[in-house]
Amino acid sequence: MLVWIVVGIATVVVAVSAMVLGDYPLTPAQIGEVLLGGGTRPEQYVVLQVRLPRLLMALLAGAALGVAGALLQGMLRNPLASPDLLGISGGSTVAAVYALLVLGITGPALAAIAFGGGLVASLLLLAAARGQAAGLRLILAGIGVSFLSASIVGFLMTRVQLQQTQSALVWLTGTLSSTPWWQVIVLALTWVLALPVLAVLSRRLPVAVLGADTAVGLGVRPGVVRILVILVAVLLTAVTCAFIGPISFIALCAPAIARPLVAHGSLAIGPSALVGALLLCASDLVAQFAIPGVAVPAGIVTGALGAVFLLWLLATSKGRAL
Amino acid sequence: MTDQTREGVQLAASQLSVHELVAGYPGRRVIDGLDLEIAAGRVTMIIGANACGKSTLLGALARLRAPISGRIELGGEDIARIPRTEYARQVGLLPQHPIAPEGLTVAELVSRGRHPHRGLFARWSARDTAIVDQAMERTGMTALAERPVGDLSGGQRQRAWIAMALAQDPSILLLDEPTTFLDLSHQLDLLELLRTLNREQGTTIVVVLHDLNLAARFADDLIVMAEGRVIAHGAPVDVLTAETIAEAFALESIVISDPLTHTPLVIPKPGGSHTSADAG
Repeated sequence: MLVWIVVGIATVVVAVSAMVLGDYPLTPAQIGEVLLGGGTRPEQYVVLQVRLPRLLMALLAGAALGVAGALLQGMLRNPLASPDLLGISGGSTVAAVYALLVLGITGPALAAIAFGGGLVASLLLLAAARGQAAGLRLILAGIGVSFLSASIVGFLMTRVQLQQTQSALVWLTGTLSSTPWWQVIVLALTWVLALPVLAVLSRRLPVAVLGADTAVGLGVRPGVVRILVILVAVLLTAVTCAFIGPISFIALCAPAIARPLVAHGSLAIGPSALVGALLLCASDLVAQFAIPGVAVPAGIVTGALGAVFLLWLLATSKGRAL
Repeated sequence: MTDQTREGVQLAASQLSVHELVAGYPGRRVIDGLDLEIAAGRVTMIIGANACGKSTLLGALARLRAPISGRIELGGEDIARIPRTEYARQVGLLPQHPIAPEGLTVAELVSRGRHPHRGLFARWSARDTAIVDQAMERTGMTALAERPVGDLSGGQRQRAWIAMALAQDPSILLLDEPTTFLDLSHQLDLLELLRTLNREQGTTIVVVLHDLNLAARFADDLIVMAEGRVIAHGAPVDVLTAETIAEAFALESIVISDPLTHTPLVIPKPGGSHTSADAG
């Protein structure tokens, strides 16, 4: 319990910092005033148009990735499973890079195409998810899709002009800068869609992971659970990926941090959401302010932190869980 | 456990009956036209050679796979028409290879047995806690409640799974070779536990078992299967004869009375096996 209070407080601290810090420093009191409808024009612009949507995007997207990772890792009983590994982000990336570089598409249309790419990749996953050896086949299919998309992206990047690759690279690393409100709203609506399914899964997935026969004995159809898990994970990942790019490692790390905190072997779906939100928000903060004057995309920080975390996990006793 | 639900369970008179069952896999009928009644409130054990269809039968009773044809009834109602959750409240299953995810504690595992009794939005109740505690106590798992299932010994692990099945509180409990991988004293322990559950709670117990002599010792009713058919069904002392064993296992044996329990004791004759090396 105590540990969750700490995580909760840390999230609030990070969120407040994200609102306060920046080229136009504000006090919490000023921010409160703006949120209540007051403040000067510049203050209103910075708070309402720049920092608040960016913060909300970081929280919603981090939570989405955390949940997608927790669901997939739980279902596949593999702590290395994540939307990146399963090729969901890969499908989105190929579609987005193609649209960006070859078709010259940006804005909402780009997001829609990235989402479509994620869906196509997930159709492959769903096809692989049938039958008894579903777990292993899913992971193998996912790895295949990941490699395929990496090579397609590499091919596309070598075929275009240098300056064009710049914008694609920023998207590819994953960034939260200049998040428009409509993206926040679409992601929030995605959450509204996902929540009822998550409510059902939070009851059935813990039963389904006890093995197909045990699940049937307890009145749960494992095949249905599997499809629901993939659908929700794809929905949350593909929408997130479409807006902020394939942010790496959050989906892998958030459940890996949350599960030991829960401690009794539960799937930690809710805790993973909280940890994911905290991780992405903190990473974005570090990305903006760690190097004075140089803001880097958040994906670089999550990748660097994630890699260190993974090594630490392997090196310590907690690594037993891997 | 309130009086009401206990009464409800008994009213269901949960007798399983199998009618002209055809079951198996696409292209292979493991069971072809089987009729069977499993008496309520008794310990029934199913024995037979490998691939005789005993696990397929248990799977059909547990609704793991729909029958190719024929039907199974629970208290006179076709089980295919009973909603899955409702069926799970009455019939529990301990499969041969259940999976405990990494780090899962005994208490958490046992509490998952409550799944079929919980409404979609119903919160965990004091009654759920009481039943889970009771299930762990009956199986001697209370002291191990916070230990990860993966860290337990084979015997303890199997008890943890039985505790989960008890938390499910079914009136019929199906078990597929629950003593595999256990040493003899833990096998006896486990079968003793199942019989105690049957005697004290009236739970109908149906077990697929490999060991003939243990089956004879602990079963009220013995079902002997061969090639997808029931070749004998009844009290162990009536069913377990040298002829039946020869037919079911292609094995020459003599059957004597166990000097301690007076149940049949099968003693294979030296060199009495007529199965070829690759069969089975």
